[in-house]
Amino acid sequence: MEKLIRILTELHPDVDFATAQDLIDDGVLDSLDIVSLVSQIDSEFDVTIPAEEIVPENFNSAKALFDLITRLDEE
Amino acid sequence: MQFTSYSFIAFLAILFAAYFLSPKRWQWVTLLVGSYVFYAFAGLDCLVFILFTTLSSYVISRLMESALKRENDYVAANRDAMSKEERKAYRARAKKKRFHILLWGLVLNFGILAVLKYTGFAVYNINSVVSLFGGKGFSIPSLLLPMGISFYTFQTMGYLIDVYRAKVTPERNIAKLALFVSFFPQLVQGPISRFGDLGAQLTAPHKFNGKTFTFGLQRILWGYFKKLVIADRVLTAMTTMLDDPAGYDGAYVLLLIIVYSIQIYADFTGGIDITIGIAEAMGIKLTENFDHPFSSKSTKEYWRRWHITMGSWFRDYIFMPISVTRPMMKLNKAMAGKFGRVAASKTVAYIASGVTWFVTGLWHGAAWNFIVWGMLNCLVIIVSEALEPAYKKFHDRFPKLTASAVYGKFMSVRTFLLMGVIRSLDCYGDVGLTFRLWGSMLTFKGFGAIVTGGIFDLGLTAADWLIVLCGIAVVYFVSRASARASVRERLYDRPIMSAALCGLMFIAIIMLGAYGFGYDASGFIYGDRF
Amino acid sequence: MKKRIIITVCAILAVAVILGLLQALVVPKYTSNAEGLLTGEYYAEAEGHDVIFVGDCEVYESFIPAVLWEKYGISSYVRGNAQQLTWQSYYILEDTFRYETPKAVVFNVLALKYGEPQKEEYNRMTVDGMKWSPSKIGAISSSMTEEESFIDYVFPLLRFHSRITALEADDFKYIFSSKKVTHSGYLMQKGIDPMVGDAPTDGREELDYTLPETSMEYLEKMRELCAENGTELILVKSPTNSWAYWWHDEWDEQVREYAEEKGLAYYNFIPETEAIGIDYSTDTYDKGVHLNVYGAEKMTDYFGRILAENHGLAELSHSEETTSAWQERLDAYYKDRNS
Repeated sequence: MEKLIRILTELHPDVDFATAQDLIDDGVLDSLDIVSLVSQIDSEFDVTIPAEEIVPENFNSAKALFDLITRLDEE
Repeated sequence: MQFTSYSFIAFLAILFAAYFLSPKRWQWVTLLVGSYVFYAFAGLDCLVFILFTTLSSYVISRLMESALKRENDYVAANRDAMSKEERKAYRARAKKKRFHILLWGLVLNFGILAVLKYTGFAVYNINSVVSLFGGKGFSIPSLLLPMGISFYTFQTMGYLIDVYRAKVTPERNIAKLALFVSFFPQLVQGPISRFGDLGAQLTAPHKFNGKTFTFGLQRILWGYFKKLVIADRVLTAMTTMLDDPAGYDGAYVLLLIIVYSIQIYADFTGGIDITIGIAEAMGIKLTENFDHPFSSKSTKEYWRRWHITMGSWFRDYIFMPISVTRPMMKLNKAMAGKFGRVAASKTVAYIASGVTWFVTGLWHGAAWNFIVWGMLNCLVIIVSEALEPAYKKFHDRFPKLTASAVYGKFMSVRTFLLMGVIRSLDCYGDVGLTFRLWGSMLTFKGFGAIVTGGIFDLGLTAADWLIVLCGIAVVYFVSRASARASVRERLYDRPIMSAALCGLMFIAIIMLGAYGFGYDASGFIYGDRF
Repeated sequence: MKKRIIITVCAILAVAVILGLLQALVVPKYTSNAEGLLTGEYYAEAEGHDVIFVGDCEVYESFIPAVLWEKYGISSYVRGNAQQLTWQSYYILEDTFRYETPKAVVFNVLALKYGEPQKEEYNRMTVDGMKWSPSKIGAISSSMTEEESFIDYVFPLLRFHSRITALEADDFKYIFSSKKVTHSGYLMQKGIDPMVGDAPTDGREELDYTLPETSMEYLEKMRELCAENGTELILVKSPTNSWAYWWHDEWDEQVREYAEEKGLAYYNFIPETEAIGIDYSTDTYDKGVHLNVYGAEKMTDYFGRILAENHGLAELSHSEETTSAWQERLDAYYKDRNS
């Protein structure tokens, strides 16, 4: 989780990702950010996020994203 | 049958009556029959193509469904026997198999679209190359382009991909799937719906509801107002200028850009209002396609607000999948080592954007101007993305200025003009000509002529322009009011006011609309092209 | 809920009334071009006629009912319009029989040459003035050009709404009434614009001189309609023959054959121009395309004798009402002619 927050903060230093919700719906993260995230998660967590998991629900908060990573790792 | 034809109004009246008089469980059949009747008006030979898309998608989706079921059954049965790695490997293999089934569906359907829509363009380009070597080239075949094929193909392929991604349960009843593919209001110009949003709604029973029915009719009325009073009226000025683009250079180019922006906005959002209104009257909620696009402060924002369902289709089914493909991931990793992670992932995103915008351009039309249009949009987005740090510095430096309303307006106007300039590629068609005209715009040649009466020589009288301006004012204020809260919802509690406004709107459309004998019946821009 | 329904119904009624008024305002009043008012004026005197003329401009510029009454005591009305097509003449005749049964119907044959609707404008001028009846529906359906819609005739507002930005004083003046422009269907033209040079002796080259099937079909329908009502159908061709509307010998031949076959009288007045006494230096207002009032008076006199002598229309008896009505019309005619 800390690793994830660090990646996110690198993208947008001015956002407090530990508490922020609705990152997609509020327009904090755009599609370019998501591509960055997916590739960094791929290298940092060794988890490939497939295109079908790229939906607002999975990216709206750091926690949702972390849950996604965990789930994909387990499956 | 165009939305603005008398026969369409009659068709709609009959359909609404039939829909609500049908037994609840057969309502969707009424809708299906209605959709096919509507489609048949465009020509019976078109039906073959939409039937093929329906049938092939049905088969492919069912095949993928059973493959997924086998896969899940196998994993469930052998859960304990397999290690995590084995399970992952099995899943990956099975997914690949399903992907091959999907690929058949995509190749077949996009193949038809490509052949019908792009053969002419391909031959044209081959001929250009051949002529470089002194060859004669081939004759360009004239192929039938079935109505709405771009829209229904994309909507249906979205469905197939969603089935592959196990996001939706495939439809077991082919007739119900046929309705999703052919639902008539959105056939001509979208919006492109997702099966997850629309599928169940289409086939569910809908009791007549006075409120939603009224709301639907109001929305339809609003759409006709935009379309008939504004869009079709200014169309004359556009065609006048486009008949002789080189003659209307300089300041006229700017005029055309503004007029076209108004025209396409009124035409396209009006058409979508009619579409959504028709569905709403029957209790079906379609996805919104526009969200105050001309208030956007940046190109990126503009594309989140304009033609939303198309943008999100390209994002979810082209941009994202490309971004996360193996080669892209590899490229990303390779670059991350040398240039840093941020630069690497940005590069990936830019490449994916480029491809996506190329395809978007091609989707809009089989011609170079549309491809250039797509690439320019991409360029603007990438440049502004790259300049983000500089903007940020500027904003930090002048917080008061950049937070002010005037600066906000400035950004909206800038985006409006920038998008308008790029969009003018649609009208001029020829890329070289467009570039020359953009150049001439800087000279402001003809500005004097326009303001000293030239504007009245474009086929619109002073009264016509006045009607257009009043229409725009109405749209502007309604649009601003609706940004805060639903106008219809607020009016609903004041029935007399609501009835009076609707009556006025109806009278305004009848009296001030540019329709009927003497006006060229003009289709919706998006409907014409597809 | 009930309240909402009442409000909705009221709103619909209010909108209908407003649109009705606006329609009355925007439909053309034809004050500068009277040709759009011809059909409608009939209904004010739709009874007691011995003869009804139907056809195109050549009837309403060649035959003057007032003169026919004055000289021969024949009560008549001209139901003609600019480029009134054969099927329009048929439906107008059908419409006429709903009000009265004349002894004779005179049809001018020039329009037989058109087998298809020509111009929306002319359609509207001919048909819009008709009162609603199955005949009007027939007239509309058979006359529409490809770009027209039936509903535009039901609600002329849909056709003429764009005139809202081009209204003139007359649109307000004649919102609920219209200007009276004819003398029993005769549209008076007093100007003189002589024909230049001799009358042309040859027409334009046309490839096929066969009269269109559609118009001959409606001519036959007209004949049947008259026969059913015991009315005699007389065919005429007005004496004018200009480059603009040349009457070819081949057409003449076909009409003559048809008339003979069906036992109808057919008078082609072109060769009788001299006998009638028409002088194209004084008797035309537009270089010989149409007759002016002086030419039409001669023509009417000439034709009146034929009607009286050959068709049993001499010494007809009329009611006192008819006689006094004609006296008024005659006064109005001369007042207009000599003003």
